Amino acid sequence: MATHESHKKRSGLMDWLTTVDHKKIGILYLLAGGFFFLIGGLEAVLMRIQLMEPDSKIFTGELYNQLLTMHGTTMIFLAAMPIIFGFMNAIVPLQLGARDVAFPYVNAVGFWLFFFGGVLLNLSWFLGGAPEAGWTAYAPLSTVAEDTGVDFYVLGLQIAGAGTLAGGINFLVTIINMRAPGMTFMRMPLFTWASFVTSGLILFAFPALTVGFFLLMFERVFDANFFNPDMGGNILIWEHIFWIFGHPEVYILILPAFGIISEVISTFSNKRLFGYSAMVFATVLIGFLGFMVWVHHMFTVGLGPVANSIFAVATMAIAIPTGVKIFNWIFTMWGGQIRFSTAMLFAVGFVPTFVMGGVTGVMLSVPAADYQYHDSYFVVAHFHYVIVGGLILGLFSGLYYWYPRMFNRVLNETLGKWNFWLFFIGFHLTFFPQHWLGLMGMPRRVYTYMSGQELDGANFVSTIGAILMGAGTVVLLINIIISASSKYATTKDPWDGRTLEWSMPVPTPEYNFAQTPLVRGLDALYVEKTAGNGEMTPAEPVGEIHMPNGSILPFILSLGMFISGFGFIYSNWYVAGAGLGLVLITMFLRSIIDDHGYHIHKEEVEADIKGGRA
Amino acid sequence: MNAGERLTDANFPAHPEKATLEGKNKFLGFWLFLGGETVLFATLFGTYLGLRNMHLDGPSGAELFSLPLVFLATMLLLTSSLTSVYAVLSLKQNKVRSLQGWFLVTLLLGLGFLGLEIYEFIHYVHEGHTFTSSAFGSAFYTLVGFHGAHVLFGILWITTLLARNWNRGITLSNAPKYYLFALYWHFVDVVWVFIFTVVYLMGKVG
Repeated sequence: MATHESHKKRSGLMDWLTTVDHKKIGILYLLAGGFFFLIGGLEAVLMRIQLMEPDSKIFTGELYNQLLTMHGTTMIFLAAMPIIFGFMNAIVPLQLGARDVAFPYVNAVGFWLFFFGGVLLNLSWFLGGAPEAGWTAYAPLSTVAEDTGVDFYVLGLQIAGAGTLAGGINFLVTIINMRAPGMTFMRMPLFTWASFVTSGLILFAFPALTVGFFLLMFERVFDANFFNPDMGGNILIWEHIFWIFGHPEVYILILPAFGIISEVISTFSNKRLFGYSAMVFATVLIGFLGFMVWVHHMFTVGLGPVANSIFAVATMAIAIPTGVKIFNWIFTMWGGQIRFSTAMLFAVGFVPTFVMGGVTGVMLSVPAADYQYHDSYFVVAHFHYVIVGGLILGLFSGLYYWYPRMFNRVLNETLGKWNFWLFFIGFHLTFFPQHWLGLMGMPRRVYTYMSGQELDGANFVSTIGAILMGAGTVVLLINIIISASSKYATTKDPWDGRTLEWSMPVPTPEYNFAQTPLVRGLDALYVEKTAGNGEMTPAEPVGEIHMPNGSILPFILSLGMFISGFGFIYSNWYVAGAGLGLVLITMFLRSIIDDHGYHIHKEEVEADIKGGRA
Repeated sequence: MNAGERLTDANFPAHPEKATLEGKNKFLGFWLFLGGETVLFATLFGTYLGLRNMHLDGPSGAELFSLPLVFLATMLLLTSSLTSVYAVLSLKQNKVRSLQGWFLVTLLLGLGFLGLEIYEFIHYVHEGHTFTSSAFGSAFYTLVGFHGAHVLFGILWITTLLARNWNRGITLSNAPKYYLFALYWHFVDVVWVFIFTVVYLMGKVG
């Protein structure tokens, strides 16, 4: 055995660059995603400052277009998705009773690809200007733009998207193959279920985007003609490909939030989730229908009444499983012993807010009416109600809920409530008036409006709301800084949790479970609590634990992609080739260097158990 | 037992590619990856179908395509799929030399296919059918080129895999790798069957 066991303990920065531990990768995702969230938020506030008053000239024209493009792109690809992946990494293996994800190395590759892709995209601000064709990069707007902005967009997102796809496959395999004994599919916590369905959506949606980005890149870098009507191309191909990816993407984003809300509401109501099976079924159904509705983004393109009607009906159908979920959350709270912690406040605030976004969604799904709403602020209000009012409230809730497990400290509840109320009120102030702005004809993506059209008041209120949301986020940052400077101050189970992630000591041992737990029902930990055990029954004797070695290769591989990205952006084939060569060399090294990981010996595990560390 | 240890006929499991958790994970993960690849090629096929008649002043598919050449390429690739099946059969019988032999034949057939494809592309460029000549050109070279790049990647993969494990016999660690390569190769082959039908046969009938 000893021949294959070389294990170097790394420390400090090198540990973080080489880690393949899902708990650390989760933290990396959360930090990087949080950083991009602040950048995207700043861009939003700058746009709202420009729109605060009519005929304002602070950020106009090109600069405003760059802000709106980068706000959307950053928030979707570089903030929301990575933060979701952060929670999935940190929590899903623990909820399954697994010691790690299926492919720890690939997991690290996924993170670093996302990180370098995000950095590449944001470097455009300093290198000739950010992209300005909107986050959807419709052709021909994106193909005729002469500066390098769209090149940064297409290559940065291509690299980040490859990382996302790797992550999606990893979680699918982890959830199918690595469940603890007794953890059947229908005993999995809802967050894990949501992560499972989201990963499936990633698997089948992202390759379409990959192709879309390749086509756009070939069009711009190699003068291809997919979207150039003069050469026989067709701009609609881009729109179809983008939304065939883009609509499942919406559910990729929201389903994990549904999962978080289900966990939080159940825990803080001291009740089993109402209608667990229906919740699972609804999650899967939403995921399935999510692939059938992309044309509702293109109703005004002119595909004809038959196509529009079919996609309209499919879109409306999604309201049914979503409605099932809303009622189940309400019925979970009904008769429960509700504790209004910050996490629960965000979850409770989520429910009506998301319903409002859903209602406007059904309104938009009627093609005839959509001709009125299309490209107006009504649409902006709608998707911010579902993405901010849905996803972001869910992510805040998850952050307060899982913070003790991820960082071994509880966030301050008083500051947390300030965070919630500032953000929640700010959110509705920002986006509720935008419904009317849209109905009164204010177009989206336009940097100004004239006075005397009764648009002034609502725009002013909207900007005040955005500033309140910013203030709420600043309170969160203060909360995090205060908690970071305090000592470990948490018990292993601060919320009286019901699922496996609350069953091990803090900090979580690097091997998660000293002995794989035996799962005896839904809400595995709660089952043991009511049976009087208080902790999980082990499914195996104490033994050696196999662990993967850390590796710097994921970092280098992603760096290679980053370098080749620059090469393609500036049409420098030597740089592009060198970058891709570095990628191939890394893959080659990974392939020829045998790395069978190492073992933690039985004695060490026993010592950990005795010392209360496992 | 150690995953890197040479398996003997005595301790040889029925499914060496799935005998460890790592092997099981790779097996499932790779099938899922091929699911994603299917979407990737489906998108490329969709794009091609939308643009295949947009050849402008350049030659059309019906004028360009030479079925005998493409048929030969198809036969090479289909045969290489068969030989990779023989390699996997050898894998299951712990016959490492036979496995290596069949994968080498697979590799050679793959190289032959790639050679024909490169010849074909050069020929088309001389006929005025280039990547930038029309939307048809862009879509054609992107779809067929993506497939060709997959073949090339497969060739690099199996070369590395064979070289690295030449004297190691079959182990629990390399059995899944051989098996996954065969899966990949079949997938690339199936995609080609669709290309042969959608691009060449449908192109010929216009």
